[in-house]
Amino acid sequence: MALSGMRGLSVFISDIRNCQNKEQERLRVDKELGNIRTRFKNEKASLFTLISNDWGLKEENAMPSKFSTLLSDRITLTSLVHVKGLSPYEKKKYVWKMLYIYMLGYDVDFGHMEAVSLISAPKYPEKQVGYIVTSCLLNENHDFLRLAINTVRNDIIGRNETFQCLALTLVGNIGGREFAESLAPDVQKLLISSSCRPLVRKKAALCLLRLFRKNPDVVNVDGWSDRMAQLLDERDMGVLTSSMSLLVALVSNNHEAYWSCLPKCVKILERLARNQDVPQEYTYYGIPSPWLQGKAEIYLRNFDFWHELGDTDSWCSREQREGVGLINRLNIKSLWWLLDHGCDIDALINLTLQVKTMRALQYFPTVEDPNTRRSLFEVLQRILMGTDVVKNVNKNNASHAVLFEALALVMHLDAEKEMMSQCVALLGKFIAVREPNIRYLGLENMTRMLMVTDVHDIIKRHQAQIITSLKDPDISIRRRALDLLYGMCDVSNAKDIVEELLQYLSSADFAMREELSLKAAILAEKFAPDLSWYVDVILQLIDKAGDFVSDDIWFRVVQFVTNNEDLQVTEAASLKAREYLDKPAIHETMVKVSAYILGEYSHLLARRPGCSPKEIFNIIHEKLPTVSSYRSKSGRYSATTRAVEYHALSMKGAALMDILAEMPKFPERQSSLIKKAEDSEADTAEQSAIKLRAQQQTSNALVLTDQRPANGTPPVSQLGLVKVPNMSNADQSTAEQGLTHANGALTVVDPQPPSTPSPDLLGDLLGPLAIEGPSGTAPPQSEPRVASGLEVGANEDALAIAPVEEQANTIQPIGDIAERFHALCLKDSGVLYEDPYIQIGIKAEWRAHHGRVVLFLGNKNIAPLGSVQALMLAPSHLKMELSLVPETIPPRAQVQCPLEVINLQPSRDLPVLDFSYKFGTHMVNVKLRLPAVLNKFLQPIMVSPEEFFPQWRSLSGPPLKLQEVVRGVRPMLLAEMANLFNSLRLIVCPGLDPNANNLVASTTFYSESTRAMLCLIRIETDPADRTQLRMTIASGDPALTFELKEFIKEQLVSIPVPSRPPAPMPPQARPTSPPSAALSDPGAILAGLL
Amino acid sequence: MIRFILLQNRQGKTRLAKYYIPLEESEKHKVEYEVHRLVVNRDPKFTNFVEFRTHKVIYRRYAGLFFSLCVDITDNELAYLESIHLFVEILDHFFSNVCELDLVFNFHKVYLILDEFILAGSCKKQARSYDIRCRRNHRENGELEKQE
Repeated sequence: MALSGMRGLSVFISDIRNCQNKEQERLRVDKELGNIRTRFKNEKASLFTLISNDWGLKEENAMPSKFSTLLSDRITLTSLVHVKGLSPYEKKKYVWKMLYIYMLGYDVDFGHMEAVSLISAPKYPEKQVGYIVTSCLLNENHDFLRLAINTVRNDIIGRNETFQCLALTLVGNIGGREFAESLAPDVQKLLISSSCRPLVRKKAALCLLRLFRKNPDVVNVDGWSDRMAQLLDERDMGVLTSSMSLLVALVSNNHEAYWSCLPKCVKILERLARNQDVPQEYTYYGIPSPWLQGKAEIYLRNFDFWHELGDTDSWCSREQREGVGLINRLNIKSLWWLLDHGCDIDALINLTLQVKTMRALQYFPTVEDPNTRRSLFEVLQRILMGTDVVKNVNKNNASHAVLFEALALVMHLDAEKEMMSQCVALLGKFIAVREPNIRYLGLENMTRMLMVTDVHDIIKRHQAQIITSLKDPDISIRRRALDLLYGMCDVSNAKDIVEELLQYLSSADFAMREELSLKAAILAEKFAPDLSWYVDVILQLIDKAGDFVSDDIWFRVVQFVTNNEDLQVTEAASLKAREYLDKPAIHETMVKVSAYILGEYSHLLARRPGCSPKEIFNIIHEKLPTVSSYRSKSGRYSATTRAVEYHALSMKGAALMDILAEMPKFPERQSSLIKKAEDSEADTAEQSAIKLRAQQQTSNALVLTDQRPANGTPPVSQLGLVKVPNMSNADQSTAEQGLTHANGALTVVDPQPPSTPSPDLLGDLLGPLAIEGPSGTAPPQSEPRVASGLEVGANEDALAIAPVEEQANTIQPIGDIAERFHALCLKDSGVLYEDPYIQIGIKAEWRAHHGRVVLFLGNKNIAPLGSVQALMLAPSHLKMELSLVPETIPPRAQVQCPLEVINLQPSRDLPVLDFSYKFGTHMVNVKLRLPAVLNKFLQPIMVSPEEFFPQWRSLSGPPLKLQEVVRGVRPMLLAEMANLFNSLRLIVCPGLDPNANNLVASTTFYSESTRAMLCLIRIETDPADRTQLRMTIASGDPALTFELKEFIKEQLVSIPVPSRPPAPMPPQARPTSPPSAALSDPGAILAGLL
Repeated sequence: MIRFILLQNRQGKTRLAKYYIPLEESEKHKVEYEVHRLVVNRDPKFTNFVEFRTHKVIYRRYAGLFFSLCVDITDNELAYLESIHLFVEILDHFFSNVCELDLVFNFHKVYLILDEFILAGSCKKQARSYDIRCRRNHRENGELEKQE
């Protein structure tokens, strides 16, 4: 059907389509471009040189050459705003042609101005073409666009609705910062104007959304939040939906200001959900009720733009009128449908609105009002229960879109256990269905679920099903399944999952192998039940997917083997390595690992057949040529080095015993693998979605205020991790060593690295902070402190944790810091600190002995915050790595600083964040305790009597089992205490103790030194005197038992209540049983002081 | 938010492209090429979602045409999938039984309709005429298929 009456354009398109090959097409395009260029230039030429308009109508090859050179200069815009000469029809035609050529992928580097100039045309047809082509050809960074701002503004504030719509559309699609600054007030006026029709206001809402994203300051929070609430009362669905989109963005940036919108959102949701349920009432024997006709009107109004077009525009060309007629026909047809099948339209008209509303609700931290909360949960419950899988794919999609949004909201709200398990059950159903989209979303949402709540066990039941999805032909599903498996893995199922991954590795496609092997390596390392299994897994990994095993992975395994004490493991590893060498074709990485391990430990195998030094030398020698000229980047290990060394050794035999000394142990450091995973997570789409949502929530502002790279990589990842100083130390030392070897200077190799890396990370960590040595008494004095008149930590008073400068500084924190801290001890996300300028939020994820904390530094002001500094003062038992904190935080932006925490050993000491910034002339410095408390490294575990009693008995007496009578306990009922315990992740096991006044709890503690360690707790209370009780704590580690006992005691004796001054944290006399080394540790002292 | 919308045929010819984020020309070409590669060989039984760089592409195939929306990773996939379908329905109404040629010769009108449909990276009129979609879905798909 040839709708187009623009013959020239049709002919051109046909020509292009008839081209036999790319070359012909290019020729045709070039010819056309030349033609257009000439026409446009002739225009300009005609203005300046007064050459007759006839030039414009001739073919380009007829142009005298002197003119082409004359006209090849770039045209300036000003002259073209009111170009005369070309007829409007021609101008339009050429501009459309340009767009078509552009769409084919050719560069169109001229004519932009002509397109822009059409915007200022007085008549609709040209104006419309101008707007559309401009918004396709140009982007917000183009200079030409600036020239159009005034015209666009005139159209927006003008009276002509069609022009308003065109202008709003352009701004909404490509408006940049400058547009935001000069047009936002006008757009706001349109949105709230009562005289404007919904058609325009709807567009204004979305246009404002764009402007807000470009510059959040254009929406004045104070004035606008009431307006926004009013907008939510809007009856027109279109305006309401668009306003909701706007609200989502506003709330994600600053939820506090829009608090009043929350109940309204819930109301809207309720209304929508109700409508969905009872459509029948609105029809009477098939005749639509007046209500429905009202809807129909609304529906029609969406189209009246076109009506008007036909009426008012005398310039409207034939083909356009035809188009309008068609749209009208379409309207009538649609109306007919609408009336005919009116019943379900309202059920489905709400899809977007529902999704948007629920999205908006997800940006509010909680719903506090109990009534609102109840009705919200009712609605959610109805959505969760009332969604069935039906035959019609599209209806399915629509209802599931709502359903999945509801699921996300439920997760966000941290609903009751019951609802959560209902959700998991639902997801369990989804991941088993055939419909790929639903299955995909089921897997994705299950992964999200893992991150927010502890539904691990219920999810584990679906493990088999998830593994099936790992073998799905669709890579999207496989990716989600892999993500989920990775997330759900823990000590109990690591073996199964990793083996499954290994098995899948050999058949996996290349796109996934690297990620797969990385994930398998990390899981194996994190959850290895024993070292030889780990070594085995990695060797298999290298064997199966050598190309995809990065150097980090094999460095790590070598490090483990070297650091391990158990000779049997070493022997097993060497044996494995030896076996792999026998394979006919092995990957070079395998050669490297084997060479290394055998180089070190082959003496353990010496008695076995085929393992004499000579044989081993021969086989390595034989395989080495397959190793490409390789020198590891950091120079740490080098296979060639090994070979040379080995060779030399075999020559000289036992003469140089000191060389035969094993490599020194590698200093313990954070797994570079995990770090790598984080890095890659940050820039691939693999990011676990919930985390991303959290980031999105906060990064919105950041992303959009920045002039960021065009493709919009998330800003989060750009913060590099700060290296732990001691790491580079180690690198250097081993590098030096490697060098010595390589030079063949085999005289004496000191078995100790030249500069022994400090065994205590903290010494290094704190080094740069210039905190004075571990003398223990002198209060650590840091570098020139920012806040004047501040005595940082100089006060040994334990209270000093409250912002030290409270007296000295004029900036008062909002809310009680201690209270916030205590709240955060029990939950994983919330606000850590807030004052008029900044808000520091925290979101943590704890798994086993690892913690991943993200600090959100949000600038609440319209001016940037400068000199931002954040220093981590970690106690000795925690290894912490804080990524770089940017020096300035842009206005109204939020930056995120990931912080990695590894728990080395049990301790109650707390890390402290020394945070300072400058606002205007104010220097603010606060010291904040971070809630990396002992209980974060606990994972509740239910113990059955059969498991409990043997354990309890086997741990007999101190130091493994400690008993203490505690007095001065805050009186509470047993049930309260049980709740408290559960919230501390000590799970109460009912029925273990026959005495009803007693309480038995169990948990698993994770740290690097203890690994997973079961802890058992028994509390005996005296019903007559609730202020005292006797508690018995048992675990396999003396330090842990002690620390846990003290920890629980603190919780029982002083439950943090809001009115209390900051809780007295540590300084209780330490008994000698726990390692006293910590005492001399500056970090511990500092943390202790605070 | 919608980052861009692409309409491509099986050979990878772009029939419509609209970007809601500022991209350089070369980047646009790259994106179009990559998205095409990503979706063209996928089995009809696969999901309609593919990860693309740090975003997600929600695509749907109608006969020889791929409609791809690039959205944020946390966006509601199904809602966007439905909006693609609605867009196709609208095109279908407009051109009465739309086929690729209609879109080629009337690309300027398609842009017009698209602007009415998506603004500032958000769908405006998703709700509209949903019933029509439900009822006509099978027929429509069938017809589009035939024209291939």
